Amino acid sequence: MEVAVENMPWGVMVILLPLAGALVCFLWPRRSVPLGLLGALGVVACVTGLCWQVVEQGAQRYTVGGWGAPLGIDLYADGLSLLMLMMTAVVGLGISIYSSGYFEHKTAVVFWPLWLFLWTALNALLLSADIFNLYVTLELLGLSAVALVALAGGADALTAAMRYLLVGLLGSLCYLLGVALLYHSFGSVDIAILAERMELSPAVWAAVGLMSAGLLLKTALFPLHFWLPPAHASAPVPVSALLSALVVMASFYILLRLWLEVFPPGAAAAGQLLGLLGATAVLWGGIQALRQTRLKLLIAYSTVAQMGYLFLAFPLGTSFAWKGALYLLLSHAMAKAAMFMAAGNILRFGGHDRIADLDRVAQRLPLTLAAFSLAGISIMGLPPSGGFIGKWMLLDAAFYRGQWWWALILIMGGLLTAAYVFKVVGYAFTQAEVTHEASRVPAGMEWTALVLALAAVLLGLFAPWPLALLDIGFPFSGGCAE
Amino acid sequence: MNWDSGLLLLILATSLVPGLVIFFLPEERVAIRTTLNMGGAVVKLVLVGVLIWGVLHGHQYETRLPLLPGGLDLVLHADAESVLFVTLSAVLWLVTTIYAIGYLEGSQHRSRFFGFFSLCVTATVGVALAGNMITFLVFYELLTLSTYPLIVHRGTEEARQAGRVYLRYTIAGGALLLVGTVWLYDVAGSFEFTHRGVVAGLDDADRTVLTAIFVLLIAGLGVKAALVPLHGWLPRAMVAPAPVSALLHAVAVVKAGAFGIVRVVDDVYGVEFAASLGVTGPLAVLAATTIVYGSLRALFQDNLKRRLAYSTVSQVSYIVLGVAVVGPIATVGGLVHLVHQGLMKITLFFCAGNLAETLGVHNISDMNGIGRRMPWTMAAFTIAALGMIGVPPLAGFVSKWYLGLGALDAGQDWVVFILAGSSLLNAGYFLPVLYATWFKAPPDAWPAERSYGRRETAWALLAPPLVTALLVVAAGLLASAPFSPLQWARFITTQEYAP
Repeated sequence: MEVAVENMPWGVMVILLPLAGALVCFLWPRRSVPLGLLGALGVVACVTGLCWQVVEQGAQRYTVGGWGAPLGIDLYADGLSLLMLMMTAVVGLGISIYSSGYFEHKTAVVFWPLWLFLWTALNALLLSADIFNLYVTLELLGLSAVALVALAGGADALTAAMRYLLVGLLGSLCYLLGVALLYHSFGSVDIAILAERMELSPAVWAAVGLMSAGLLLKTALFPLHFWLPPAHASAPVPVSALLSALVVMASFYILLRLWLEVFPPGAAAAGQLLGLLGATAVLWGGIQALRQTRLKLLIAYSTVAQMGYLFLAFPLGTSFAWKGALYLLLSHAMAKAAMFMAAGNILRFGGHDRIADLDRVAQRLPLTLAAFSLAGISIMGLPPSGGFIGKWMLLDAAFYRGQWWWALILIMGGLLTAAYVFKVVGYAFTQAEVTHEASRVPAGMEWTALVLALAAVLLGLFAPWPLALLDIGFPFSGGCAE
Repeated sequence: MNWDSGLLLLILATSLVPGLVIFFLPEERVAIRTTLNMGGAVVKLVLVGVLIWGVLHGHQYETRLPLLPGGLDLVLHADAESVLFVTLSAVLWLVTTIYAIGYLEGSQHRSRFFGFFSLCVTATVGVALAGNMITFLVFYELLTLSTYPLIVHRGTEEARQAGRVYLRYTIAGGALLLVGTVWLYDVAGSFEFTHRGVVAGLDDADRTVLTAIFVLLIAGLGVKAALVPLHGWLPRAMVAPAPVSALLHAVAVVKAGAFGIVRVVDDVYGVEFAASLGVTGPLAVLAATTIVYGSLRALFQDNLKRRLAYSTVSQVSYIVLGVAVVGPIATVGGLVHLVHQGLMKITLFFCAGNLAETLGVHNISDMNGIGRRMPWTMAAFTIAALGMIGVPPLAGFVSKWYLGLGALDAGQDWVVFILAGSSLLNAGYFLPVLYATWFKAPPDAWPAERSYGRRETAWALLAPPLVTALLVVAAGLLASAPFSPLQWARFITTQEYAP
């Protein structure tokens, strides 16, 4: 039995299982909720298996259908992929449970196949070992995300979805052009082979520029963030959660892979530029979030700011900084999902998400407010949360490199975050002038938000283990800024 | 894990676990909630007793949890200074819990209140037991977070505004502290609290950088310690319910700041190294300024709680002053004031709460003849106020005596004038209150009187200030008895200044 578990191709199953789930949900719409939940649990089990395999045996490479690179499709799972897969699994399970109580039947039958398909694309993206596969999965991910945004119906949602679609297509197109240029130069799309053959030429620089620009657009780095707040805020709540927590990080993941493994070293200036854009995003996103009067928009702008933090690792470029950024990403995913879920509960409870009229949510929905606050603690980077660990590592790297101005940005970003989180929490204690009638929020929806938020906070106390995972099969010592 | 390393975790758990359970208790389960609160407080006190015994007998208490690879650990550690602060918190928590149960009887959202109240005490105990800067920082921020819901507890617009101001100060202070801590870690490679200080052992570090880090750390801690000009939040936080104010002013927030300053000067930089760096002089001047400024502002407040708040601003800086004067005797004075100020201030706030709760009296101008209506409460108030002024043989006198002696011993004679001036000002803002209380004629009716039968007020409201007032007397009268705060402060100082 043990041998069988060891040799199972868990990496392939991580992709096939949600795909099967999506198909089954599509074919039996009446049973889509239990089937979808079952699929989500299955994915979590497969990711656990993969985790066990990678920890025991080191990084895994699967050749799908028996054809190896450069002809066939390779899947590759190292510590980085694994950590992202695990995060996706945890957040995905949370979103699945939340959605089972959120959607009415009419929407649910559309949601479940799309969501499981999106999960498939995301898992495949995280396991892809070549840049063309990355393109295909990125495109699939983007298209299913657009469909999910449109699920809300209404003019706002459709406009946002349309804009999201166009931006996504433009981003992928840029990326695809870069892939073509690289393939033309080196005759391969496999990441490992490209890394070996990499040498500088104008075509390579053009490819680097195009691919980065496309991915930055998809990651919503300032000033390419304009599409994110309307799309994330107008979608149904579980969709907002998965967009902010999971989908934006996919393009960041690709960028990180390319930057660390494929792109030629010596792009120090580019690293500084990315850092500068990231810093602007942190401040701009924070200020915009503070100015919002609607809760969902506030959270969406917070995502813009949080994405900015990740780019502060590029100018620093030490292994500590990369890990810090990834840890921020990890805790942000859980915290942001929890935050959107809390907002969804408040929305369902009072029928609106105007911040100034929260009307004693602290008393009337204590679990939800606790979830929002705990998630906020992680996002503003207060100890002992996961966000604090990530920030600490970035701060440490900034002082280590003597680039203290990034530390200043980290601190100012934290202060802005505290300002907008506590703005919400403060209004949750006071009574609004007009009292609204309240509708019931299912306990499952409250608890899911709380558990995810708690996970984001507890990540701070168990940092050594995930960080050690990142060391499996991935050269973090590299990076262009060294 | 043996008994010794588990003890510190147990001490934290005695308030953390009841706090977490209380959050989920329905509002009307008063008996269970009270049992949990009181049980936790009593067990904590017993465990702290064991800890004192152990520290005296040379046991080493330390618990580590790796936070990041590369030697960054969360450390709980009990040395003589921790014991001083932990004992103060444990004793005053018990007393304040009794008071809070009486004060909040019949009001709303008590489960939430007591949950955060327990978290607040957990954070304070964590601050006391922290064995390095990052652990300190973790609990220091937890303290910010757990006190915020207590300040906005009443849910009024005024409370929300006060909470906002409080957070603006404390979160910014926390950020400064964080930067200082990271920078220190980068420069020194370690920030464990040791008797001589890790920074003192660095040979090749840039002294300008060390000074800059010192300034960042003190600024971050100074917010909670309410050093001028970082004190603005404290008078506004008065909207909180009285037990919260009592806890904030006597044990939790301001003391965490002052204790942190003691830690940084004594155990991170080392007193003598800090003095050679030239940073203790300015710190002493800052503390002296705060002492005078706080007292001057207190003179002009008519609201009793605001007057007490400004008095806190002034009094907490005695602790900082004692440390910054650099000398064994002054350090004793500063450390002992950590305890003495706590005892006196908590008594004063309990009494102020009693006046508000029983008679609806909030302002000093309404306090004429109130001593006849509430003689026991006002007797406790009088003892604590006289202690604050520094009348022998009360606790405040002992602090001031040692501070003055220490300053002379260290050759900083100007401090004596500050102490004398401050005592005059203290007398200036407390004596008129006492005079009006005892000698003026009472009004025909009190603003909002509640009847408690033949007693002047509920026993749960009356017993706590009486106990703490007795402690104020005892700490002064029995200052040279073993286990008095003074003796313990001396015990600490012999370690800091050991040859």
